[in-house]
Amino acid sequence: MNKILEVRGLSKIYGPGCPQCLESTGPEADTNLCPHCGSVVAIHDVSFDLFEGEILGVMGESGSGKSTVVKTLYFDQAPSSGEAIFFDNDRQYDLFSLNAAQQRWLRNHRFGMVYQNPNLGLNFNISAGGNIAERLLMSDLMDYGAIRERAKALLARTEVLLSRVDDLPKHFSGGMQQRVQIAKALATQPPLLFLDEVTTGLDLSVQARILDLILEIQQELKTAMVVVTHDLGVIRLLTGRAIVMKYGRVIETGLTDQILEDPQHAYTQRLVASAL
Amino acid sequence: MNPPILQVEGYGKHFQLHEQNKLIPSSHNVSFTVRAGELTALIGPTGAGKSSVLKGIYRTYLPSAGRILYRDAMGHELDLVLASEHQILELRRREIGFVTQFLHCLPRQATLDVVAQPLFALGVSRDVARQRAAELLSAMKLPERLWSVSPATFSGGERQRVNLARGFIAKPRLLLLDEPTASLDPATAERVIGLIEGLKAEGTAMLAIFHHPETTRRLADQVVELAPPPAVEELLEEIA
Amino acid sequence: MNAMSHNQAGNAYNFGFLDEYAKKEVRRAILKAIAIPGYQVPYASREMPMGRGFGTGGLQLTLSLIGPNEVVKVIDQGSDDSVNAVNLRRFIEMTCPGVSTTTATAECTLIQSRHRIPELPLTARQILVLQVPYPDPLVVVEPSEDKRKTMHGEADYSRLLVKLYEDIVKFGEITISHRYPTRINGHYVIDPSPIPRWDVPKLNDSAALILFGAGREKKIYAVPPHTKAEPLAFSDVPFRVEDFRDEQGRRRACARCGCVDSFLDEFVTDSGSKTYQCSDSDWCDMQLSKARQTQGEPA
Repeated sequence: MNKILEVRGLSKIYGPGCPQCLESTGPEADTNLCPHCGSVVAIHDVSFDLFEGEILGVMGESGSGKSTVVKTLYFDQAPSSGEAIFFDNDRQYDLFSLNAAQQRWLRNHRFGMVYQNPNLGLNFNISAGGNIAERLLMSDLMDYGAIRERAKALLARTEVLLSRVDDLPKHFSGGMQQRVQIAKALATQPPLLFLDEVTTGLDLSVQARILDLILEIQQELKTAMVVVTHDLGVIRLLTGRAIVMKYGRVIETGLTDQILEDPQHAYTQRLVASAL
Repeated sequence: MNPPILQVEGYGKHFQLHEQNKLIPSSHNVSFTVRAGELTALIGPTGAGKSSVLKGIYRTYLPSAGRILYRDAMGHELDLVLASEHQILELRRREIGFVTQFLHCLPRQATLDVVAQPLFALGVSRDVARQRAAELLSAMKLPERLWSVSPATFSGGERQRVNLARGFIAKPRLLLLDEPTASLDPATAERVIGLIEGLKAEGTAMLAIFHHPETTRRLADQVVELAPPPAVEELLEEIA
Repeated sequence: MNAMSHNQAGNAYNFGFLDEYAKKEVRRAILKAIAIPGYQVPYASREMPMGRGFGTGGLQLTLSLIGPNEVVKVIDQGSDDSVNAVNLRRFIEMTCPGVSTTTATAECTLIQSRHRIPELPLTARQILVLQVPYPDPLVVVEPSEDKRKTMHGEADYSRLLVKLYEDIVKFGEITISHRYPTRINGHYVIDPSPIPRWDVPKLNDSAALILFGAGREKKIYAVPPHTKAEPLAFSDVPFRVEDFRDEQGRRRACARCGCVDSFLDEFVTDSGSKTYQCSDSDWCDMQLSKARQTQGEPA
C-alpha cells in the first residue's frame, strides 16, 4: 500500500493570533476562542497519513475544526501553517507551496469534494449534466458528445435518473443533489476525495443509500477518502481509521473499531457512550 | 509439531473509565501459543476476559500489557501490540480473520456480496468471489432465496452463518472465532464444525471461544483456561 | 505631432479635444493592450461631452490616436449615416482640424465602429476601433471582478464553455448571436463587442490592428495584427457564422446590390413582407458600382 497524503502540523487561526493563543485554547481550555486576542484557533497541529484506497474518518462535534481540515486540503482556505504532501503516482506535490493555478489544477483534476451544502458544490443555475460538464471542461475535454456521454454515465453510476440530466439541481431532492455532487466530484476519476458531512440532514433511508454508493465507489475505483462527520454510524460504516477532534486538536486516532469499542480519551468515551 | 503463528505473552487489558474515574480489569497475564493447522480454545467463566483476548489480538482493543508476536506469511515476526495501524489493517485484509457475534454490513448490500467482500478487497474478480461465496452459503444451508437480499432482516442464526461464511471465505492464516456456533440449531452447528475442521486441515490457525464445552472437546488441539483478573486494588499495586 | 495647440476651428479646445496627458495615458494603455493580446487594461476614462454608452470609450481611443493627416471613417452598425455615426464624425471634424473623414473603407486610416467590422478586408495601414459596452465575457458567469481577474489570469474559462454546453442542450446549437466569446492568442477570452458572429472570423489573423474601448467600464483591449482569435466551441460542435438561408435553403441576397456574401440586415417593408440588405453601407455601394461597371462594359 502506498501513501497518498501526508499531513503534518496543519494549523489554521482566524484572527491576529497572539503568543497565548495555543495555550489558551484546545480541549483542556474547553474553547477554541483565544481570550487574549479573540482569535479562533480552528485547528492546530493536525497530522495524519492517508494510504491509497483508504477511508479515514475525521470526527468531532461542531467547532472541533474537522471541516477546516478538509477545506484547507482542498484549498478552500489557506492554512496558517503546516505541510501536506500529495503523492500522485510517481509525482509528489507540496500542497501549500504551489501557486494558485497549480492548486486549481490539482483541485480540478486529482481531488474531489462533496460538501454538506450542495449549494457549495453545485451551480444551481445550470443543469445537472452541465455541472458535471464544467468539471470535465476544466480538464480540457472539449468534445460535446464525449462530455455528454461521460456526464450521463456518471449520473447513471450515482443512480440519478437520466431523464433528469438536463434539469436544474435546485429542483432535486436533497439526496439526489448529493448524488449529483458525487458524480461531479468523480468526473475526473480523482484518486483522492473529500466528503464533508455528506449525509447530514438527509432522511435515514436516503443516508443509507448514499453511504452504500460511497463504499461501492471506493471498492470499484480504489479512491482514497477523508470523511468528515459527527455521526458515529457513518464513521463505523465507512471508515477503517479515524481521528477524533475537539476544539481544533486531535485528541485520539486509531482503527475505527478500536475507537468505538475501546476509546482512550475521556471525551471520546463520552462521545461513544452518548451515541450507544 | 506445526510452527507457532501466534505467541501471546503476558497479555493484559484493563479499561480506564475517565468519567467514573475507574479502572476495569478485563484480562490479566494471559499467555499461550497458536499453531498453523491447529485450534486453540479459550475457556473460563464469564468475566475471565476471553473476548478481550481476541479483540486485543485484532486491535479492536488496545492491549494494556504483554506482547502478541505474530509470524506473517513472509516469515517476519511482528508484535501486534506495537504494529502500526496500517500494518494491522493490511494483516486484517490478508491474513487475520475475525468472526464475531455481530454482523456489521451495509444496509443495501446483497448477502452474496457481504460474504464475498474479503475477496473483493483482495482484488479477486467479482464473479469468482461470488461463486466462492455461493459455495460456502450452500454448505451452510442458507436458503438460496436469501442470497440476493441484505442480511439486515435475517434471524440470528441466518446472520451468524453469513458472518461465518465471510470469515472463512478468504482462508485467513489466523482465524479468531468468538462463539461462532452460539445461535445455530444443532444441524447447522454440525455443518459449521465440519467447515472449521476443513479449514484446519488446510492449515489455518484458529483461536476460538465456544459456547458448548462439547464443541471445545471436539475441535480444540489445545485448551487455555483463563481466570478472572484480580480486583482493581491488586492490579493497581502491581502497576505501582 | 499633434501636440500643438489649435484654434483655427474657432474653438478653445486642444487638438483632439482631450488634453495631451490624457491622450498619453490612453496610448500607454493601448501599448500594454497590444503587448498582452486580449488582456483588459484599465484606464482613466475621461468625461466626454456625450453620455456614457454612446461610444465614449471608442472616441477616446480615436482621439488619442488621431494625427493631422488621418483619414477617419465612423460607422454605426455598418452604416455611415446613422445619427450616432454622424454625430461622432462631426465631433471629430470639429475638434481635430485638418483631419479628413470618409465613408470609403478602402481610403481610411482609422475606423471607429459600433457593432460591425467592415466587409472589405482591412489592411496593415489601418486601425479599427470598436466601441464596447461590456468588456468582460466572464461577467455572465461570475459577478465578482476580483474572481474574474483570477479566472482570466489562469485562463479558466470552463464556466463560459458550460454556457455553450447548456445552449446546445436546450436549443440544439450555440445560440449566441453577438458578443461571441473569443480566445485571443491562446489565452485571454474577450468580449469582441456586439459584433455579429459573421464578423468574429475577421478578428483572426487580421492585417489591421483592432482596438476595443469601453468608456463606462474603463477598459481597453486589443487584437494585434496577425494574432490568433478563436471563438470558443466544442471539437464536435464547431463555431459557425450566420448562413442567411431562406425557407428553400438558398442564400439570401442583398435586395439593393444583390450581394450573396455579406452580412444582411432584415427590414420589414411597408407591405409587411421582409427584405434583406447589406448591413455595411459602403460595401453595398461598392457592389452596386461594380455591378454598374460590369453592365456598362460592351459585350
